[in-house]
Amino acid sequence: MKKTVKIRDLDCAHCATLMEERIRKIDGVESASISFMTQKLVIEAEESRMNNIIEQVAKICKRIEPSCSLSV
Amino acid sequence: MQADRAELQFVGVIMSKHAKTAVRLGVSVVLFAAVRVFLGIAELDGLWGLLYLLPYAVVGYDVVYTAIVNIFHGRFFDERFLMTLATVVAFVIGQYPEAVAVMLFYQVGELFQSVAVSRSRKSIAALMDIKPESAVVIREGKEVEVHPEDVAIGEILLVRAGDKIALDGTIIDGNTSLDMKALTGESIPVDKAKGDSVLSGSVNLCGVIKVKTENTYGESTVSKILDLVENSAQKKAKAENFITKFAKYYTPIVVICAVLLAVIPSLISGLWSIWLWRAMMFLVVSCPCALVISVPLSFFGGVGGASREGILIKGSNYLEVLSKVGTVVFDKTGTLTEGEFAVREVCAHGIGEEELLKIAAHAESFSAHPIARSVVDAYKGSIDKSIVKEVCELAGRGLKAKVSGKDVCIGNAKLLEEEGIPFEKAKAGTLLYIAVDGEYSGYLVVKDAVKPNAKKAVEKLKALGITKTIMLTGDNQTTGEEIRRLLDIDEARCGLLPADKVDAVLDEEKKGKLAYVGDGINDAPVLACADVGIAMGALGSDAAIEAADIVLMNDNPEGVAKAIKIARKTMKIVYENIIFALVIKFGVLVLASFGVLDSMWLAVFADVGVSVIAIINAMRALRKIKE
Repeated sequence: MKKTVKIRDLDCAHCATLMEERIRKIDGVESASISFMTQKLVIEAEESRMNNIIEQVAKICKRIEPSCSLSV
Repeated sequence: MQADRAELQFVGVIMSKHAKTAVRLGVSVVLFAAVRVFLGIAELDGLWGLLYLLPYAVVGYDVVYTAIVNIFHGRFFDERFLMTLATVVAFVIGQYPEAVAVMLFYQVGELFQSVAVSRSRKSIAALMDIKPESAVVIREGKEVEVHPEDVAIGEILLVRAGDKIALDGTIIDGNTSLDMKALTGESIPVDKAKGDSVLSGSVNLCGVIKVKTENTYGESTVSKILDLVENSAQKKAKAENFITKFAKYYTPIVVICAVLLAVIPSLISGLWSIWLWRAMMFLVVSCPCALVISVPLSFFGGVGGASREGILIKGSNYLEVLSKVGTVVFDKTGTLTEGEFAVREVCAHGIGEEELLKIAAHAESFSAHPIARSVVDAYKGSIDKSIVKEVCELAGRGLKAKVSGKDVCIGNAKLLEEEGIPFEKAKAGTLLYIAVDGEYSGYLVVKDAVKPNAKKAVEKLKALGITKTIMLTGDNQTTGEEIRRLLDIDEARCGLLPADKVDAVLDEEKKGKLAYVGDGINDAPVLACADVGIAMGALGSDAAIEAADIVLMNDNPEGVAKAIKIARKTMKIVYENIIFALVIKFGVLVLASFGVLDSMWLAVFADVGVSVIAIINAMRALRKIKE
């Protein structure tokens, strides 16, 4: 399934690409893409594992850009 | 209302974030000045300079904190790390005021950058302000205001003047003019009456209409368009990927260079503090942020600007390819022509033209054939079906009927030959010969009409320096060649089946980048296989939107030239930013390492200043292009 997650206060484009790269490496993620302009992450993964994956995504984003926050 | 509040809160967060930073900067500047004055009056120096840590902490604590946290997470070499390193080194070698100034300047730049980015985000969002916030539905005789997503298929919407139509549907009551600018880029209002279908995202200009919905909100035109534009960022252009890769290798290389710059000359000359300082400048300049932000921003601006013109671009990669296109291939029917037959010429023989048309239209009035319909449409008067009797359609030839008691034969040459009626053969196009009571009475020329702006569309492409225009058609050589000459297209390939069109496009693609323009009706495979597939007049046609890379929302083929112009402009801005940023950075790097310009201010400008300028330049991509 595909899911769109809003990443607020994403101020650094470089960070966005880094987040994207790390999110793609999460086990179970089929594809992930962050649009810096719309501050949106589109992520594709198995439905049953999605919640778990989103948690990991939140951790990654927080780690790379501490000021940003996710809203599903 | 709820949505409004959330939006307000969201804006509030951004504002306060920027405002907070601004206040912090202000406090730091005051402290900085205070320390400076105090040290000056008290004539203190040496370790007293560490008082500068106060303004430094106020302005830069978050930068230092993040840099340290990042190091623990195995992330070196980002901007914050470089700034922290540079300023810490400045403290170590005793350049206290410089350290604070650099951090201050960096934060000011970051603030500018953040403001510029959020402003451009907002202006792009405003551009895509086609999303209906609510819909008024009539349920059990009452008007209820609901969220568009909660409206079911077959419900009745009440749309007042000034409202956006929330879902696609058909007008069941009332008539009005619609502003469809947000969808098609066309500013002239479109009149709609009962029975006409309307698209979500259009604005009702006058009068109240009732619309029966035909799609859910998720399937409606407006959400498809929003989806398309927002997801365009997922298909990244080569230039964008290049920048990402570039940034990945560039920063470590620069850091290595900085280390070498700090160590080698120092070992030779022994002037450690000078060379360390230069190495720090080198690091500050090196940040690739100007590129990393401004390039995707330019592309996004280009996509956004195009959508305002009624041109949907599915990915920034298509903008890039489109800017390099040298050949434009058109499908004929529905793209350059209306895709509808019409009577172009009436040539009467022995009777009046009006009379001939009247007889022909009556005879054809029972037929559903597209050519028959065009004859009926061409006749201005009203048709009295009661005078038409004994209609007999002859497949592949035409038909025979009795009109006002007269025997009428209408059809191609074969029909008249079979009937044994002598006639003169005419030349061009599709011909309908007519005989009344066994007597040849003239012919009608039926043709697919060329779109009024088709010629201009080809002219505009040539003016843009497109080297070759080709037209593909399933029609015969005579018809194809005639339209080719009329529109001044370089080459026409006629008598093609859909599969032949794919081959023709693949063949041309070997010679260079090519754009294929079609209407999406039975040419979806061609749209898909072209370097850039452009679908025309695709409002409401899912197959075309699906298969195409670029979608022209209206029926005007001139949009192709416009799309190419936008693509070229966007690419120009992208290259401008890449070159500008690299030249300034490289220049400052060289000057700094040779000690020609020993100013950390300049280094910080080369970092954040260049970013801000590049962002401002990128925003030009959003602006309307000149005709």
